[in-house]
Amino acid sequence: MKFLKTLTMSAAALAITAPAALAEWQPRKPVEFIIMAGTGGGADQIARLLQGLIQSKGMSPRPFIPINKPGGSGAEALSYMAGKEGDNHTLLVALNSFYTTPIIQEDLAIDITELAPIGRMAMDTFLLWVNSERDDITDLDSYVEKVKEADSAWRVGGTGSGQEDSILTAMMEKEMDYEVTYIPFPGGGTVAKNLVGNQVDSTVNNPAEQMEFWRAGNTKPIVQFNEEREPPYEDVPTAQELGVDIVYYMQRSIAGTKGMDPEAIEWYQNLFHELFQSEEWQNYCETDGLTCDEWLTGDDLAAFHESQMQRHRELIEEVGAESITNK
Amino acid sequence: MSVRTAELLMALAMLLASIGLMADVYFGDLVVGWVPGRGPGSGMWPFWLSLGMALASVWTLWRWYTGVTPESRNNNPYIDPETVFMVGVTVAALFFLLLLSNYIGLYFSMILFLLFYVKGIGRHGWGVTIGVTLGVPIGIYLLFEAALNKYLPRGLPFFENIILYIDDFRYSIMY
Amino acid sequence: MDTILSLLGAGLLQAFEPLNFAMIFLGCLAGLFIGAMPGLGSVNGVAILLPVTFLVPPTAAIIFLAALYYGAMYGGAVSSITLGIPGSSTAVATVFDGRPMAQSGRADQALMAAAIASFIGGTISVILFTGFAPPLAAFALKFGPQEEFALMLVAFATFIGLGGDDIPKTIFSILIGLVLAAVGFDIISGNPRLIFFDMVEFQRGIEFLVLAIGIYGIGEMIWTLEHTKGAVQMHKVQITLKRVWDNFKQIKEYLPTTAMGSVVGFFVGTLPAAGATPASLMSYGLAKSFSKDGDSFGKGNVAGVAAPEAGNNAASTGSMLPMLTLGIPGSPTTAILLGGMIIWGLRPGPLLFSESPDFVWGLIGSMYVANFVTVALNIALIPVFIRVLAMPFTILAPIIFVLCVVGVFATTDRMFDTWLMLLLGCMGYLMRKLNYPVAPAVLAIVLGPLTERSLRQSLISSQGDPMTFIERPISLVCILIAVALVSYPFVQKMIRKRKEPAEAAE
Repeated sequence: MKFLKTLTMSAAALAITAPAALAEWQPRKPVEFIIMAGTGGGADQIARLLQGLIQSKGMSPRPFIPINKPGGSGAEALSYMAGKEGDNHTLLVALNSFYTTPIIQEDLAIDITELAPIGRMAMDTFLLWVNSERDDITDLDSYVEKVKEADSAWRVGGTGSGQEDSILTAMMEKEMDYEVTYIPFPGGGTVAKNLVGNQVDSTVNNPAEQMEFWRAGNTKPIVQFNEEREPPYEDVPTAQELGVDIVYYMQRSIAGTKGMDPEAIEWYQNLFHELFQSEEWQNYCETDGLTCDEWLTGDDLAAFHESQMQRHRELIEEVGAESITNK
Repeated sequence: MSVRTAELLMALAMLLASIGLMADVYFGDLVVGWVPGRGPGSGMWPFWLSLGMALASVWTLWRWYTGVTPESRNNNPYIDPETVFMVGVTVAALFFLLLLSNYIGLYFSMILFLLFYVKGIGRHGWGVTIGVTLGVPIGIYLLFEAALNKYLPRGLPFFENIILYIDDFRYSIMY
Repeated sequence: MDTILSLLGAGLLQAFEPLNFAMIFLGCLAGLFIGAMPGLGSVNGVAILLPVTFLVPPTAAIIFLAALYYGAMYGGAVSSITLGIPGSSTAVATVFDGRPMAQSGRADQALMAAAIASFIGGTISVILFTGFAPPLAAFALKFGPQEEFALMLVAFATFIGLGGDDIPKTIFSILIGLVLAAVGFDIISGNPRLIFFDMVEFQRGIEFLVLAIGIYGIGEMIWTLEHTKGAVQMHKVQITLKRVWDNFKQIKEYLPTTAMGSVVGFFVGTLPAAGATPASLMSYGLAKSFSKDGDSFGKGNVAGVAAPEAGNNAASTGSMLPMLTLGIPGSPTTAILLGGMIIWGLRPGPLLFSESPDFVWGLIGSMYVANFVTVALNIALIPVFIRVLAMPFTILAPIIFVLCVVGVFATTDRMFDTWLMLLLGCMGYLMRKLNYPVAPAVLAIVLGPLTERSLRQSLISSQGDPMTFIERPISLVCILIAVALVSYPFVQKMIRKRKEPAEAAE
């Protein structure tokens, strides 16, 4: 009996919501939430947190389904987005490989500025870390001195050639005029662990990846690559303060497909704005060391992508694509 | 085709495939040698292992020629005619299962596949046939879509919409 | 020690709280079924059900997911034994002897052995975990790329004898697995490799699962079809209480290998980046090397089911250790659990044990309880699993084919991979008919990426000097073990040869 009741009620509900759906766009089927990286990384965590929030707060009539497309530093995800032109049920969780991958892989036919700008959820920062046992390194000058002494035998751990930290490492090599040996590991957490175990000499990690080791006194930050000192690292100078002109952020934003309906874009923009302001998201930003002060969307976000694209093109040109990828 | 011929052809095909892999790495702009101070280049692993595959294939060819392997002395048919039919039908059915899922979606192509296999090949009664052809897709829908939140391929919009109505009903009951 | 026991007591009490106990039960049950589906393993289960856990408190949530992880480890053995399809890479080694046992009508024995061995493996490792978490974490830190590579050598050394009697074909099989593993982006250089026909899909690489389901799912089914002409009747098993008791008593046959597999599995599991797959393979290889009748392995030796199952369950507990104490995952599944912990506001790392003792000990307590729940559930469900084998082949085969397709799609979200699965399955079938062994290729595709990466990382960090592997103590020990394992069969033969004439003379 109860089943019959729900059946008739749901039929009635359908009849009522059908005209309403015409008035305001809503997802008609599950939304594919494409992640440019593998399971377990920062982007994956964000996607799964957002999915959980959307579901537990009942913010969407249809669920969001995270799908990992990690191939080729995000190339797989980007070409998938390109193939979904005009689709209203596909979103991309973007990082900086959003800019670098189309530049490095020239045959990838996608213009990321054409993707629908939904919202910038956070900015992630980078710091330079060494093991706390290195008493001889206290500031940037002593660090540079030690690296030069090691004469390119200095081992820097990172997450892979062509990734954000490899670009930053190449920038440092150029600015400070030294050479290092860059060793790629799978994932920022593994990089951090290898610094603690002295398998590498220094790393460029996000705060979240080193936070616990730093709190336990295993590693220490030397310099940060932000415009201003960010909490909880008020004691750590920025590179600019020390006269080294390196500022580098990682953006975490949401993009829609090219040619997505304007009503759909608006609906997603509102949804993610609400998520951005939610207490859960802001808490997550705080514990994970992300900067989530400013909400960017629509034309502002498009302009931001445009300028970041330009900046990455210059950066890669400056340091040379071959210093990021090694054959 | 006898087992003897099959072993020869397979070893030749694998030899060619290995050489193809080596060529792909060699001409693919990858370093197949040792980079001083860095160790193996990115092409070293696939290139030399492919060379190993090629050598193993040559070894097999030699053993075939000298008649060391049991296969090289076996003149029975590689796949007997009866099996060719069974296996051929199965592989063809799988091929259409995958092909049709692009057009009519995985659910409908799965129903056709099960219908063909259970009724056409197994010659089971209609009761069993209908039970399996409807029970399996329903079970998969409940497990993968309802419980595990997956979205299986649904084909062209017409067929996608049919399943979407089922989705609507499901979401109206629970979500 | 007192503090550990009192903390553990509190943790056990916590595990028996109604909500937590319900979570353990549900998690084990869900894991068992997800693991038993071809294609779906613990990674999928944990990833997909992660958002559901935002509805309960963090401790209950991780208990649920950890229970699901164990359940899936047990469940993986079920599909390996009954269908011959490894549900995930951790269950590949279980197929080697589990499938022959099922085909000769001993599926219930195999399932029983798998359940009991898993229980022993899980329990031994959680005891080790309770006692030695901090020193083991310190040891894991010493594990750099050099040690990882040396460990991989040990893993390969344990495979000696896994292949067939045709040496060039076995070598070919290992090598093709290693080469297929190199397809896709090379993380060291950032270059695409072996992108066949310039298809963008190959950039992601060929996943283990696609090859395993192709070969063991599609290939095995076609193989069975050929050998039985479609009129198959699998051996029916009549379950009686006496038979269950007899199966249980068989335990003494595999207890030593199980104990060894548990310890090996746990240590391998605690090392970051290794995970349960090499652990299960290594315990299988060791069990075979040290067995009195090593030749019966692969033909339905019950110890060949018990060893890998003890190994993978022990390793799944072990891989929790680097996750909790170092914040780095020892396996893909713990990578997602780690993400979950961060979302719940817990910070895994060196301070977690002191800052969140309730959480940590609640989890450890739940591991003990989850092992009991899964073994009970598993043994109770054996009759249900056996029924699958009694189905007529023309009904079972199409259902398995459909599940293979859906399972692969659900894991990678690409129809491309289902086509690749069909292609690899057909190739595997044609090659297997010519006496090419398939197991080495499947194993190689799992270990290939780890081996190549750690080798190159080591050499980059030593400026290209290969002596680095011998200069570091842990890596040297591992290499010596590998050499010993490789030479063991030859030494054994030589000793036998010397003894024989001596005996004959007497």
